Amino acid sequence: MSTRIYVPCDAAALAMGADVVARAIETQIAARRLDAEVVRNGSRGMFWLEPLVEVDTPKGRVGYGRVIPEAVEGMFDRNLIEGGAHPLCIGLTEEHPYLKKQERLTFARCGITDPLSIDDYKAHNGYRGLQRALNMSASGIVDEVLNSGLRGRGGAGFPTGIKWRTVLNTAADQKYIVCNADEGDSGTYADRMIMEGDPFVLIEGMTIAGIAVGATMGYIYIRSEYPHAVRTMRRAIEIARANGYLGTNVCGTGKSFDLDVRMGAGAYICGEETSLLESLEGKRGQIRPKPPLPAIQGLFGKPTVMNNVISLATVPIILDKGAEFYRDFGMGRSRGTLTIQLAGNIKYGGLVEKAFGITLREAIYDFGGGTATGRPLRAVQVGGPLGAYFPESLLDTPLDYEKFAELKGLVGHGGIVVFDDTVDLAKQARFAMEFCAIESCGKCTPCRVGSTRGVEVIDRIIANEDRTKNLELLDDLCELLLDGSLCALGGLTPYPVLSAVRYFPEDFSKPASLPVASLSAQEKQPWH
Amino acid sequence: MSVAQAWDADKARTRITELEGLPGALLPILHSLQEEFGYIDEAAIALIADALNISKAEVHGTISFYHDFRHSPPGRHTLKICRAESCQSMGCDKLISHVENRLGAKLGQTTEDGSFTAEQVFCLGLCALSPAVMLDGKPYGRVTADVADSLIDGARRRM
Ligand SMILES: Cc1cc2nc3c(=O)[nH]c(=O)nc-3n(C[C@H](O)[C@H](O)[C@H](O)COP(=O)(O)O)c2cc1C
Ligand code: SF4
Ligand code: FES
Repeated sequence: MSTRIYVPCDAAALAMGADVVARAIETQIAARRLDAEVVRNGSRGMFWLEPLVEVDTPKGRVGYGRVIPEAVEGMFDRNLIEGGAHPLCIGLTEEHPYLKKQERLTFARCGITDPLSIDDYKAHNGYRGLQRALNMSASGIVDEVLNSGLRGRGGAGFPTGIKWRTVLNTAADQKYIVCNADEGDSGTYADRMIMEGDPFVLIEGMTIAGIAVGATMGYIYIRSEYPHAVRTMRRAIEIARANGYLGTNVCGTGKSFDLDVRMGAGAYICGEETSLLESLEGKRGQIRPKPPLPAIQGLFGKPTVMNNVISLATVPIILDKGAEFYRDFGMGRSRGTLTIQLAGNIKYGGLVEKAFGITLREAIYDFGGGTATGRPLRAVQVGGPLGAYFPESLLDTPLDYEKFAELKGLVGHGGIVVFDDTVDLAKQARFAMEFCAIESCGKCTPCRVGSTRGVEVIDRIIANEDRTKNLELLDDLCELLLDGSLCALGGLTPYPVLSAVRYFPEDFSKPASLPVASLSAQEKQPWH
Repeated sequence: MSVAQAWDADKARTRITELEGLPGALLPILHSLQEEFGYIDEAAIALIADALNISKAEVHGTISFYHDFRHSPPGRHTLKICRAESCQSMGCDKLISHVENRLGAKLGQTTEDGSFTAEQVFCLGLCALSPAVMLDGKPYGRVTADVADSLIDGARRRM
């Protein structure tokens, strides 16, 4: 059998030259007339090693990283094809401590299989969850998800089973499953990795959701910044359909479920579920007041399950292995695993799937190896642009929804952005306000106007004008945003702002500095 | 990825007809037109409004809500630079100043010779490899000033 050499097709691997490396390997295979083939897999999530080339050997998969095209010929000279020794060799990939220390449930296959091979998928336990679900009652499936303790991974942490139960119990001629793949938070890429690296797991999860609540159609709303994920998902859907896993007769049961991919258009707010629904309907992405809940009146006014990619991609393993298996991971009311994404100024950035309860320090140091620059860590922002900035003294906080809420922070989608000691938290606070102003949907005044006012106030603080008065004003503005916003964009922007002031007051009392340049507002030119 | 076919009402109509039957067809239509022409021509508004049986104001309002849709043709190459938090932590501000100087165009602008449009984005999902950019749809991570220069020069050579 010909030897398989894996070169990831994940966008982050491509961003480090994976396509060029793959071509160099193919050239060597041809020139040396070797019995080998290049397989494009997803990423293992060890991004500092990308492109991570792996060779299938009788001992297991031997990894080489970070491979540059110039190194390829030398690797073949040293018997790459049999996993030969080389300075870039990391040994057996599975034995790498970064992976070995993880609990990969949702990401069990990502980086191992060919994302578009449904045979690979099935050979690695794929579609077992659906098979089991097809032999259960609708209510039984929902109970399984409920009992697993799975909470939404998109940010709000709402129990997935409860949402499903509401949709199941709402009678309607049409129901929908919508996958939120807008992944707008800086520091996050888990959704992207799954869609590019294991798309069938998302398709399977959505199919199970459809069977459970009685929905026959699903949409995956993917942000336009993810063209590779859009392409892979579209192809995977066609393949699943051609193999009888989607369409009017799912697995020969006579049940219908089909999927379509829709692309966002660069609006952060469209990650909020009601805004996303408006956008899917072809409108401006303005927030809808709740109630009605999307579970009762969602897409086109019909009952709709809206879940994040990771929530849905976790459903197959829950159905396959049972609620108890999943619930046994985690702490307190945060059950199962969190897909942590190490980002920013970090030495070993990547995806770390661990049971809830691991501390920030363990994630950042035991896995991440500290800052990329080697300078002292000064701040971390967890949970995206609406998450708080924590100082080093809070690093022993365990990743747990409730613990973070107590500290007025967010676990959110699990992104951790690390900053070294060159960071200026006044500037970061200013950015939080500015981001809110740029991305506001415009529905409520505190958010639309208050955020712009916030930028001005922080500018005056930075310029050392009336600092005491302006800090009070900033406090008042934050209060207004917290209380007077319809959604969490306005409502949570105070988290990063106030945490910056609270934990890093020295950055708000420095000598006046030059004004921060405004983001070029990217004003659209008028029609002409 | 060279874009920017000249506006052509017939081509636009074909694209619209292909998609008008979809539920929630407006965004797919807008994306399709932008893929064809590189921007949404003002003349498209009436065509879309007609096809979907909605008001021109509604089409216009939707286009202007989303950051992606352009009102005028972009340069031959589009360079998107991430300026969200993770990339900030790795110095994207400096990278942006460097690129703006090199191109002689600010983010949101097109160079005078029409070769480049530089745009800001908030996160490309490459945050483990910040700072990140996307050139004509291709991702790049750990982008230093040197890397940016070679990307720009390379694209210029390809025209
Ligand atoms: C401003 C804003 C942006 C959001 N962006 C996302 C997003 O990109 N992806 C996501 O899954 N959820 C996002 N959410 C959360 C969604 O509103 C919603 O809670 C989620 O899609 C529900 O799915 P889950 O229960 O599986 O998490 C966002 C919320 C707000 C307020
Ligand atoms: S808080 Fe901001 S984004 Fe949210 S509904 Fe109000 S204006 Fe829109
Ligand atoms: S913040 Fe720049 S790629 Fe995510």
